[in-house]
Amino acid sequence: MIKNTNKLSFLLKWEWMLVALLILINIMNASLSPYYLEYNNMMSAIMAFLDRSFMVLPMAIIIIMGDIDISVASTVALSSVMMGVSVQNGVPMTVAILICMATATLCGFINGLIVTKFKELSAAIVTISTMILYRGIAYIILEDQAASGFPLWFSILGWGDIGTIPLILIVFIAFSVIFWLILHKTTAGRQILAIGQNNTASIYSGINVDKMRLFAFTAAGFMAGITALFLTSKMASTRPNIAIGYELEVIAMVVLGGVSTSGGKGKIHSVILAIFVIGLLKYGLGIINIHSQIVTIIIGLLLIFSTLLPSIGQRVMSKLKIIRQMNL
Amino acid sequence: MSDIILELKNITKIFPGTKALDNVSFQLKRGEIHALMGENGAGKSTFIKVITGVHRPEQGEMFLGCSKVTLQGPKDAQKYGIAAIYQHVTCYPDLNVAENIFIGHEIRHKLGRLNWKEMYRISDELLQSLGINFNSRTQMGTLSVAQQQIVEIAKALSMKAKIIIMDEPTAALTKRESEELYRVTEQLRDNEGASIIFISHRFEDMYRLASRVTVFRDSQYIGNWELDKVSKDDLIKAMVGREVSSLYPKAKTDIGESVLELENLTRTGYFSGISFSVRKGEILGLTGLVGAGRTEVCESLFGIHKADSGKIIFAGNEVTIENPRTAMDLGIGYLPEDRQLQGLILDWGIDKNITLPNLDQFSNGVWLNDQKELEIAEDMFKKVLIKAQSVQATASSLSGGNQQKVVVAKLLTTDLKVIILDEPTKGVDVGAKYAIHKIMSDLASRGYAVLMVSSEMPEVLGMCDRIIVMKEGKISDTMDIADATQEKILEAAMVKSVKDRQ
Amino acid sequence: MEKLLKKKNNIQLDQFRELGLLLFIIIISIMVQIRNPSFLTGENINDLLKNTAILSILSVGMMLVLVTRGIDLSIAANMAFSGMLASIIVRDFPQIHPVLIMLIGISAGTLSGFINGLLISKGKILPIIATLGMMYVLRGSTFLISKGQWVSAYQFTDGFKKMATGTNWGINNLILIAVAVYALAYYFINHTRTGRRIYATGSNPDSAKISGINTDRMVILVYSIMGMLSGLTGVLWMARFASAQSDSAMGYEMNVIAACVLGGVSMSGGSGKVGGILLGSLLFGILNNTLPLINVSPFWQNAIQGAVILLAVIANVLAKRGMTKRNLNRRDR
Repeated sequence: MIKNTNKLSFLLKWEWMLVALLILINIMNASLSPYYLEYNNMMSAIMAFLDRSFMVLPMAIIIIMGDIDISVASTVALSSVMMGVSVQNGVPMTVAILICMATATLCGFINGLIVTKFKELSAAIVTISTMILYRGIAYIILEDQAASGFPLWFSILGWGDIGTIPLILIVFIAFSVIFWLILHKTTAGRQILAIGQNNTASIYSGINVDKMRLFAFTAAGFMAGITALFLTSKMASTRPNIAIGYELEVIAMVVLGGVSTSGGKGKIHSVILAIFVIGLLKYGLGIINIHSQIVTIIIGLLLIFSTLLPSIGQRVMSKLKIIRQMNL
Repeated sequence: MSDIILELKNITKIFPGTKALDNVSFQLKRGEIHALMGENGAGKSTFIKVITGVHRPEQGEMFLGCSKVTLQGPKDAQKYGIAAIYQHVTCYPDLNVAENIFIGHEIRHKLGRLNWKEMYRISDELLQSLGINFNSRTQMGTLSVAQQQIVEIAKALSMKAKIIIMDEPTAALTKRESEELYRVTEQLRDNEGASIIFISHRFEDMYRLASRVTVFRDSQYIGNWELDKVSKDDLIKAMVGREVSSLYPKAKTDIGESVLELENLTRTGYFSGISFSVRKGEILGLTGLVGAGRTEVCESLFGIHKADSGKIIFAGNEVTIENPRTAMDLGIGYLPEDRQLQGLILDWGIDKNITLPNLDQFSNGVWLNDQKELEIAEDMFKKVLIKAQSVQATASSLSGGNQQKVVVAKLLTTDLKVIILDEPTKGVDVGAKYAIHKIMSDLASRGYAVLMVSSEMPEVLGMCDRIIVMKEGKISDTMDIADATQEKILEAAMVKSVKDRQ
Repeated sequence: MEKLLKKKNNIQLDQFRELGLLLFIIIISIMVQIRNPSFLTGENINDLLKNTAILSILSVGMMLVLVTRGIDLSIAANMAFSGMLASIIVRDFPQIHPVLIMLIGISAGTLSGFINGLLISKGKILPIIATLGMMYVLRGSTFLISKGQWVSAYQFTDGFKKMATGTNWGINNLILIAVAVYALAYYFINHTRTGRRIYATGSNPDSAKISGINTDRMVILVYSIMGMLSGLTGVLWMARFASAQSDSAMGYEMNVIAACVLGGVSMSGGSGKVGGILLGSLLFGILNNTLPLINVSPFWQNAIQGAVILLAVIANVLAKRGMTKRNLNRRDR
């Protein structure tokens, strides 16, 4: 019981820490640029990082289940290239979009299939292989060329607004709500958390673990497809090296969002907070012309300290508890 | 020279949440084999780890001979000539035998290069002296558990250990392998002059080997006796804290038609030709030695590992059980052997654990319904009499017995016809044991068919209506409770190993 | 029981796997040779080995990391950082002896690896997260120290470039260095106490602690070695390509992990042989180098690599399953 409250209070603290961090970053940004808090500026700041954030949601689910998917960025590349090539060859844009989504979903499904059929293999090694493979196929298709020639209306996806709200933000909010509901309000979400906590006990409790894992990896593929749509739309062209290195950024956001890397614990709203923390931090440092490469130092340090703190905290807690017991 | 080679006084060891050892004392005489007994969770394993320096106690003193020592770590214990052979073999399966023997105290040339030749030579010698004939270059992972244990003993010898601790070494061994181990243990005492602490749950081990016995219960020291001056019943009383006769509240039931039937069920390498049936209102015991294939049969019935051939007939229809879900939907429930690993999510509350197998039942479609969930969990919480602060207390904060009750409660939320219980009272305290037996008996009276796997002879004899004995993957005997005796069961469980020995 | 049985199969499979790998390399070589007879010429083999040297050196470190059940994602960033540091020194102080500069690069790499080890052993952070964090920090730091500028070919001294491009006894330095690293690694792993203790730590961490092995120290050591080799190869990389950029060797960590996996190093720790990773790196090198020779577009390279790794690990699983099945059938039940 004591243990329980300690852990809960800690998780609570984590969310609040992210909120505090977010406020701090906003204050910093606002003081750096007088225009920062203007509505339009805010929206363009948000639009700058939301495209890759779609992948953070399923990645949170996958990491909570104790797996990992390193191939998501390659899936973005392959599905985007497939779409680009289709359009170049005269396929109507709407069909090309379907091709993009189908490709991405299939990539995720294949990951899930391999991971569940060959349980001896860790998800890390499987998705490292498919990471190389998927991007490799993109290179076969497009070599070092770029594909463009998308119709004008396609750019609305990345740049357009509904009313005054960017389309990408609306779609992101919609998916966030869906993933939040799935993880925190449905039986499937409960089962996902159970699998992450104790895979074996979940099997013995009649949970179809294979099905859930297959679903999670497929969802990751699907969301990579959504990312591919928005990213391609924003850039109006695509290359096989698109979204390179995004997978690690996505994983970093999930971890910073307080998802336990040993599985079984995590909250979608914390992860969303983490997306905004990193995104706005990057934007703010961009205002004062700090190169994005240097921002990575800060992200790296955040990542290390955000995992170091709980582990130190836990050790101190258990020491304290022993001392308390000694005095009983 | 003092007669006492090792003495521990007033040792207390605390883990977050539990006192694993509470003011415990212990004496080991030079050249004796000393049995250490107690139920699971009594603190024996922790105690051993204190002696070997793995755990540092919060309070207490340790004396070797006459001098007081404080161990800073396992290295220190090694230096003082203390070695342990742990319950779960602690070998390195990827390394070879000689490396396993010499890890931590390797022999080296002057410049630090490993002296493989010497290590192989000494390893071979040690193995030979223990009467074993496998090469020290053999990969550890290819050996049987019994062979690995002998290697661990050779390791203790290679360190010139004078105090050797064996933590349940016979648990996973066959009768014949156990005999081999007894021989080696006595050899250690007689030829090497070692003093040995021998932990075991088996009375036969203790009577065969030890001269004195110390009993722990609930993290406390209860007493120590010369073995020829204490009766088995007194020892049991010391271990469990009260008389055991009332442990088996088995009510008479009307046994109905057969619910689950197995025909020639086979899973290659684990069991073959298994045929039996479980009937309504019956408690059927499935017993035999560890490793006889009992758990594997149950796992096939529950869809964990599918059988290769044979039929499962449920309520008159042949069924294929693909996974635990199909088993549960049919009405087969399974209480797994390892409750912490297979039964519970330790970080979660009792309520969420109880409802896990049947989330659909408590939810509106796909949505969780917290209110309804809590109600049903509380209902179960009261039904199986779990002792905890509240229904939301984490499973990890419960005692073994109460944890087991949670796992039982998980089963009862499902609409079942057959309940399979795998070692339901392993490592639970006496009070909980009684409670679980009571539940089991009630279930049978209410018309459930119960299949219980157990290694504990009194439990099988006290609770079952019929007993099936398995041996090396096959059914060796089936008997009615009226005809069953401890001797008959043992003979059926071990008859082949006995023959081999002759 | 089942776990032990699995281990048993692993061991029988070990010998198999290396033979299989060798066979595969030979078959590929013969096929390529038939299509293009210039494959097995001295010059081409020299080229191939030269191109594989850096990968194979890094595989040694990664194998040790994987043996302790870890992973290191920061190596490529570490290479870029150490290499950039060395390159800047060469640019600004061309009079300093190249070997001294290399030592500086190696020290920088070792320090980064040491920090990884510290975070993982004492900080109890999962290896994948700790090294991911370090990857970010090192990439950013590389940019920071270089102020975003490249060090280009004309800014390097000849002496510095010679470290990677020069020859001794008619053999390229990179190859010589790789051979030396492998010889040392072989000795270290098989003939020193520490080497064996690293394997013990990975094979069964809990028992290792009980046997009095300082597992934390082993972990720190392993990541420091990995860092040291990253520093070394980082300097060599810059010298070889005569160009240092903050995104040098981007993504190279995955190649190294893949070469180890091909070489039969288990991601679950405890096993991995020097011979295995040598073959694994070699196979990787052949896949990279022979495509132009047989008129396959180099753009096929990634896909083929990915497919080969995937098939290799799956084949490995299937072989293991087959062996378990046979063993079970043999058990007289």
